Amino acid sequence: MAEALLRVRDLATHFHTEGGVARAVDGVSFEIERGEMFCLVGESGCGKSVTALSIMQLVPSPPGRIVSGSVMLAGEDLLGLPPGRMRRIRGEKIGMVFQEPMTALNPVFTIGSQITEAIRAHRDASRGGAARMAVDMLERVRIPDPSRCMGLYPHEMSGGMLQRAMIAMALVCRPVLLIADEPTTALDVTIQAGILRLLDDLRRELGMSVLLITHDLGVVAQVADVVAVMYAGQIVEYADVKTVFADPLHPYMISLLRSLPTLGTRKKKLDAIAGQVPDPRRFPEGCRFHPRCYMAAPECSRVNPELREVRTGHRAACIRLEGYWQPGSSPPVTPVTRPRERARDV
Amino acid sequence: MNEELVTMQARSLWAEAWHRLRRNRLAMVCLAVISVYFVLGLLDMIPVARTIGTGEARTPVEGTLVDWLFARVVGEVTKEESYVPPGEGAHVLGTDIQGLDILYKSVKGISTAVVLGLGTAAIYIPLGLLFGIVAGFFGGLVDDLIVYVYSTLACIPGILLLIALMTVMGKGTPQLCIAMGVTNWVGLCRLIRGETLKLREADYVLAARAVGAGPFRTIFLHLVPNVFHIVIIAFTLGFSGIVMSEAVLTYLGVGVEADTISWGMMISTANMELTRHPVVWWQFVSSAVALLMLVLAFNVFGDALRDALDPRLRTE
Amino acid sequence: MSEPQPLLEVQDLVKHFPIRGGVLSRVVGHVRAVDGVSFAVRRGRTLGLVGESGCGKTTTGRTLLRLLEPTGGRVFFDGIPVHSLEARSLRALRRRMQIIFQDPYGSLDPRMTVGGIVGEPLSAYGEARGRERRRLVGELLERVGLSASYVNHYPHEFSGGQRQRIGIARALALNPDFVVCDEPVSALDVSIQAQIINLLADLQDERGISYLFISHDLGVVEHISHDVAVMYQGLIVEMASRDELYARPLHPYTKVLLAAIPVPDPEMKGQSDAPSGQIASAMGLTAGCPFYPRCAAGDERCRAAVPDLREVAPGHFVRCVNA
Repeated sequence: MAEALLRVRDLATHFHTEGGVARAVDGVSFEIERGEMFCLVGESGCGKSVTALSIMQLVPSPPGRIVSGSVMLAGEDLLGLPPGRMRRIRGEKIGMVFQEPMTALNPVFTIGSQITEAIRAHRDASRGGAARMAVDMLERVRIPDPSRCMGLYPHEMSGGMLQRAMIAMALVCRPVLLIADEPTTALDVTIQAGILRLLDDLRRELGMSVLLITHDLGVVAQVADVVAVMYAGQIVEYADVKTVFADPLHPYMISLLRSLPTLGTRKKKLDAIAGQVPDPRRFPEGCRFHPRCYMAAPECSRVNPELREVRTGHRAACIRLEGYWQPGSSPPVTPVTRPRERARDV
Repeated sequence: MNEELVTMQARSLWAEAWHRLRRNRLAMVCLAVISVYFVLGLLDMIPVARTIGTGEARTPVEGTLVDWLFARVVGEVTKEESYVPPGEGAHVLGTDIQGLDILYKSVKGISTAVVLGLGTAAIYIPLGLLFGIVAGFFGGLVDDLIVYVYSTLACIPGILLLIALMTVMGKGTPQLCIAMGVTNWVGLCRLIRGETLKLREADYVLAARAVGAGPFRTIFLHLVPNVFHIVIIAFTLGFSGIVMSEAVLTYLGVGVEADTISWGMMISTANMELTRHPVVWWQFVSSAVALLMLVLAFNVFGDALRDALDPRLRTE
Repeated sequence: MSEPQPLLEVQDLVKHFPIRGGVLSRVVGHVRAVDGVSFAVRRGRTLGLVGESGCGKTTTGRTLLRLLEPTGGRVFFDGIPVHSLEARSLRALRRRMQIIFQDPYGSLDPRMTVGGIVGEPLSAYGEARGRERRRLVGELLERVGLSASYVNHYPHEFSGGQRQRIGIARALALNPDFVVCDEPVSALDVSIQAQIINLLADLQDERGISYLFISHDLGVVEHISHDVAVMYQGLIVEMASRDELYARPLHPYTKVLLAAIPVPDPEMKGQSDAPSGQIASAMGLTAGCPFYPRCAAGDERCRAAVPDLREVAPGHFVRCVNA
């Protein structure tokens, strides 16, 4: 089996605030294979964006610090690199797309000039050559009339078009990994589908991997190959997308799926998850989800579960799951075989 | 439910800003300096009946608490030998042409500065705040009118306007307060107007209307508290400007009355004293240093205050 | 089927914003945010108003409450003509119609305590003072799921979901008959959205409040609405009961909207269809149906004139010549 393109091991990023240390990312490990669409999904405050920033080493450094872990990109540990080398990797090996295209682009320069600047910063190209490459890229991201678009300013373009331009800018140097942090959250739903399809197609065309960060489970279901669900700085469930949706194991994922007001399933009352996401400065003792969990046992307040393979190719972090414990060992709690059914009883 | 909140103390934005400010040691030092100045200045406004001399030569004298303290700590201030250099005799900073102790004059100058700073603020802050909010909130013709007035006013060079006003009103501390108040409100008004224009569009202002708040309620309960941080910053940073203006105006001859002790007065005599032979430098230096320390403290503190009050720097 | 008079009736509501340009800031055009919108909200029921950004739904909500002055049209609340009321009567009527905002961070005055915010309607109308006011505020907070001890705390100490609850408590203070919910859950996390939607539904059952539920999320709207209207470029393009609209969407835009929602089921991948073309600007430069540039089924008739809103089935209205 080919070696994974990106290997993150035990990544931890903490923020020192006046209220205490916020453990935004607290022991996260995952791999992204070449050409794979990997989705990191979770709600606000779970640490998914900080994970992306940590990989790119863009964590704001006075309050934040990467305290441990390794991030191997094609065998090279990004966390140990000198800033100059990291800067080159950011442009050439890793591309980034953010949530708000309006704020990520400079309002006083045209789209064309910003893309050509990005090209010339990382490659040897004349101005004319870079401009040609830029137009080519804009066409690839399916912007109508790319040559005209080169001369437009950000405020003259719609949100969807701007996001496509951002993607173009991220891809000009043919990165092997594209990190997209909530790329469609700020866009209308009819535009969103197009952007997602674009990312998926480009991934196949250019043979690159995509780390897609989102809170929208619908988006995940539509484009992801592999899913990692984050809660309170840790990954709580990790498997391929079909498995995670067909057979979710972690109570958080199960509750989340049940609370979605999805089309066609009309309920009188939605199954909301009680409580709210814990403050990263004061995590509960033991499992971080247990105060809101429908199948929490007393032991859950004592053990913070690590991510383990509960079924083949399906990892989860819950001590109550059958399969979490090795056969023969005596689990401290009564195992639950069908966690989804337990949710219905509540 | 956020259980911790139930036991935690409520923290307003002001309280949070204060906590942030407290951690800035330099700002706290400056605040201490300012406090010392203010305390002395306020003490100087308390009249105390004193007598000087002993036995048969006792005469009642008018004075303030500062005079009384000075008499106790350093010694009675009388007109003695003129132009005694610092260090000689009891005069740490020397004496002036009339033989008055320079240290004494420097300290007395504080109250003049404090009165001027506060008095001017008492005029320009209400003016700037009122017109700024009214212009920003009501817009339209009212806004046009106010902007016209202050734009015209701002076209006149400040110093000339001040001189003109003082010439008409005559010299004196209250007159200075009025003149400087009338010329200083424009800057604050502009800032307040700008902020009000922005806040007017905020959802919570619209919400206030939706729950029945009329314009007055909206202005006093919602707009004023949310622009007040600008007032505080403007006051802090403007204080030193006012004190320095007094120095300039007094030097030009249109400042405080002749018998008022002020740093401006002390500096203005430097004209003559520094060209003299032998040079009398101690009055100028003492008053300049006293002025400088206050100005510097206010500026440094004002900057730190602005950082602490900036809503954007607040950590959610 | 005879129905009691609807609580709210909106007829041909229009809101245009002038665009100023040129040296003298003259009016050079208009943004036709709301361009002739009509609907009714029944007592104790919810009308969902759906559309994407820029369609005019938020403006509609604010204009019918006269938080923005309408450019034209009529609004009747319980038979009272809201559009022509003078200031004092309007203020009196405001007690019965309230609004919840989308942004939990901008809709609460950061320098006011929670108690002050929730109690402001009571103070503004002189309803209650002192201890009575405190008691009512405490009750309101408890009703929306917050502790009464939060009265002295400030908005920034709370999460988005909690702030939204504070906004709901404020809207409830005067016991309104009607509340405009302007995207109340769009800015919240998914797991909190369900909590807030449940709360709103409970309050409706309890107090018989009518809602105009404005949202871009058809999934959310399906759960809480009894009737649904779809807006595009300042016009209603389809309106029907909730069941009817989701079962038989007729307008091309409605179908596009429904199809574009990413379903959280990987087995249904590739169901999302993206329409071609972009949203034309709301300056109304094109005559004819505003959806024509993006419509798969458009023809010459569509380009010629804006279609009328027709009742093609009982209670089901569509603005399309091809429906």
